[in-house]
Amino acid sequence: MNFINISYLIPLLPLIGAAINGFVSFSGIKTRKWLTNVVACGSILASFIIACGIFYQLNLLSAEERSITVTWFPWFDFDLLKANVAFLIDQLSIVMVLVVSGVGFLIHVYSIGYMAPDKGYSRFFSYLNLFCFAMLMLVLADNLLLMFVGWEGVGLCSYLLIGFWFDHKPNAAAGMKAFIVNRIGDFSFIIGVAILFWALYSVGHPTVTFTELREHVSLLDGLKMGPYAVVTVICIALFIGATGKSAQIPLYVWLPDAMAGPTPVSALIHAATMVTAGVYMIGRMNFLYTMSETALAIVATVGAVTAVFAATIGFAQNDIKKVLAYSTVSQLGYMFLGMGTSIYSAGIFHLVTHAFFKACLFLGAGSVILGMHHEQHMDRMGGLRNYMPVTFWTFLAATLALAGIFPLAGFFSKDEILWQVFSRGADNHLYYVLWGLGVAGAIGTAFYMFRCVSMTFFGKLHTAAEHEYDEADALDSAHKVDDHHQPLTPQEQSLSITSVLVVLAVLSILGGFMGLPHALGKFVGMPNYFEHWLEPVFASKIGRLEDGKMIAEGHGSIEYLLMLFSVSVAVAGIFAAIWFYTKRKDLIVSFTAKFRRLHTLVYNKYYIDEIYDFIFIQPLLKLNDLLKAFDQAVIDGFVNACAAFGVFWAAVSGWWDWFFVDGAVNVVANATITSGRKLRLIQTGRIQHYFYIILFGLIVLLVWRVI
Amino acid sequence: MQLEYYLIIGLILFLLGLYTCLTRVNAIGMLMGIELMLNAAGLNFVAFSHFNGNHIDGHIMAIFIIVLAAAEAVVALAVLLAIYKRFKVIDTDKVVTLKE
Repeated sequence: MNFINISYLIPLLPLIGAAINGFVSFSGIKTRKWLTNVVACGSILASFIIACGIFYQLNLLSAEERSITVTWFPWFDFDLLKANVAFLIDQLSIVMVLVVSGVGFLIHVYSIGYMAPDKGYSRFFSYLNLFCFAMLMLVLADNLLLMFVGWEGVGLCSYLLIGFWFDHKPNAAAGMKAFIVNRIGDFSFIIGVAILFWALYSVGHPTVTFTELREHVSLLDGLKMGPYAVVTVICIALFIGATGKSAQIPLYVWLPDAMAGPTPVSALIHAATMVTAGVYMIGRMNFLYTMSETALAIVATVGAVTAVFAATIGFAQNDIKKVLAYSTVSQLGYMFLGMGTSIYSAGIFHLVTHAFFKACLFLGAGSVILGMHHEQHMDRMGGLRNYMPVTFWTFLAATLALAGIFPLAGFFSKDEILWQVFSRGADNHLYYVLWGLGVAGAIGTAFYMFRCVSMTFFGKLHTAAEHEYDEADALDSAHKVDDHHQPLTPQEQSLSITSVLVVLAVLSILGGFMGLPHALGKFVGMPNYFEHWLEPVFASKIGRLEDGKMIAEGHGSIEYLLMLFSVSVAVAGIFAAIWFYTKRKDLIVSFTAKFRRLHTLVYNKYYIDEIYDFIFIQPLLKLNDLLKAFDQAVIDGFVNACAAFGVFWAAVSGWWDWFFVDGAVNVVANATITSGRKLRLIQTGRIQHYFYIILFGLIVLLVWRVI
Repeated sequence: MQLEYYLIIGLILFLLGLYTCLTRVNAIGMLMGIELMLNAAGLNFVAFSHFNGNHIDGHIMAIFIIVLAAAEAVVALAVLLAIYKRFKVIDTDKVVTLKE
């Protein structure tokens, strides 16, 4: 069975699933729940199986033959601009497809448990499948335009799922915010595509297909656009698109608000897959980014700054999902740092491991939220370790992986990035600074994640009765489901939830071994499979080979040292967090009291939302008001004046008609009537009268004749 | 005998007929007046013809008038019968149906 020939089924099956469940939901047919489950989970599982088959088949081929374009049908064909609905199946896209469909399938299964009591059950699965369709189109597309279709599609599904409980206003607003912020990035993305196409047209090879782009993009070298290299402009335009989709500074603001959606959505879309679309896009366009040092430096800087910035916000958040959201922003920063250091495979590697452990964390948080009766405030949790052991252990494993503790998944991917950034520092000292930021972010990650773990799972349980339930606090509060089947004390959730947690936790623990670093790999005799697998896709061989030599020449010791260093600071962060938040809470309280203003600043996310509100939204609304006033005064005034004149003119014309035209007609008619009325008196009907008249006439005639 | 005598007799006959027509309300009376006037005209025709070379024309015309008068009388009497059937009178001032 040739799986590549049926690869069209990979996105098509989820689309069909979405259509079926959408129909069921839209038409309001009463169906059994298992039918929805089978359609939704089955379609994505089938996609995953086909993807596995393709992966196996690619493995049989030699490394150079592993890039296959499968054309399904021509999409449009203008003279210059040709685009097919075609899939580029290569090492990079198959990795992404495996992650999307694999993690997607697990989260579908989890949703069976999480969404069980919800009214919009089949609607939810329809959106989820539609998202999988769009995301798979995005990663499989063989040209930029088809990729953009998927890019927009995931944005739409993100909007639909954030606002899933749309009857609660903040949720609907969060959905709109995500959509609009993404729109800014998408606008920049399409401009980047347009400039790229235009530039390639000017050198005689207009195309949007990745394989052809890769062939011809070197022609753009040295081309200028104003004072800037055209490649740099394109890269930055595309990168702004990526900051929107992947929640980087300055367009990250939508992601924390997106936590208003159901928790499986946060795990699938806002942690594991959609937000990594920007990272994937840069990986796909690596040949372009490699040509521009400036663009790479910008990508790396934005990534590193975001990594630290978001981590600091994570210190002061109390909503468990918000902590994870900022952590996601921070980890996406690491991926971009990796991309910007032109070690694309490490960035993608971190993407994959992050998909495992962050999905696990979000789903664990969802399990906690269910157990706590839709309570997301960490202050009101605590001691859950004893009540929800499976959730605790899986959450702990994923947290350790995120914190970068040896030998869990996050350790390998994060240290790979940090080490490469550090070794780039020899060429460009900017990268030493970025490495410092990265390490600071890593400490921060360890600290705030264990703050989260301590507050949630350690200590003693605060029951809901201890706190006034503050509805405005929890965005998830719209999810007013009938959860009376949950006992008062938290308990472990159903099998569909726990089994998924366990699978993801195992992946978080073991996922790192597919990409062992060079130094360690040499030690245990295992190469870096992951990097080796992706190597043909990525253009920047030169840098990598040099690094390889450097390691061979004895820099391995520095790599060990850096690993030891980052692990030890992470461990320090972990113990500090546990000690502070379980034993010495008073220190935290006194600290926040002492630095109250700093705490408020961080707690309110540096007032970034407020600043955006002040700089962009308010002036826009003011402009709105101004335009509205202009409309009302000038445009409406003009229209109304025209209307008034028309009415006046109609009155004049009407009077004219009434007075002259109708008047003349009526006068004639009246004259006829009146004269008829008078004249008919002559006709008496008496014969004698007629005789007299005849006689009179006769006499007159005679007299006239004679005289 | 002179022409004037005939003409005077014709004039008297005509005036009597005219008077009858103007004063009589009864339709049959008016019919009789009309007969008088027709006969006056016939008399005039014959008289002029006699005194003007005694041509045959006037005599023929007189016979025409007599035939015409007979036909007219028949038609008029038939109309009067119809009027009588409808109105039960033959007084001309009572058979007016015009309004106002």
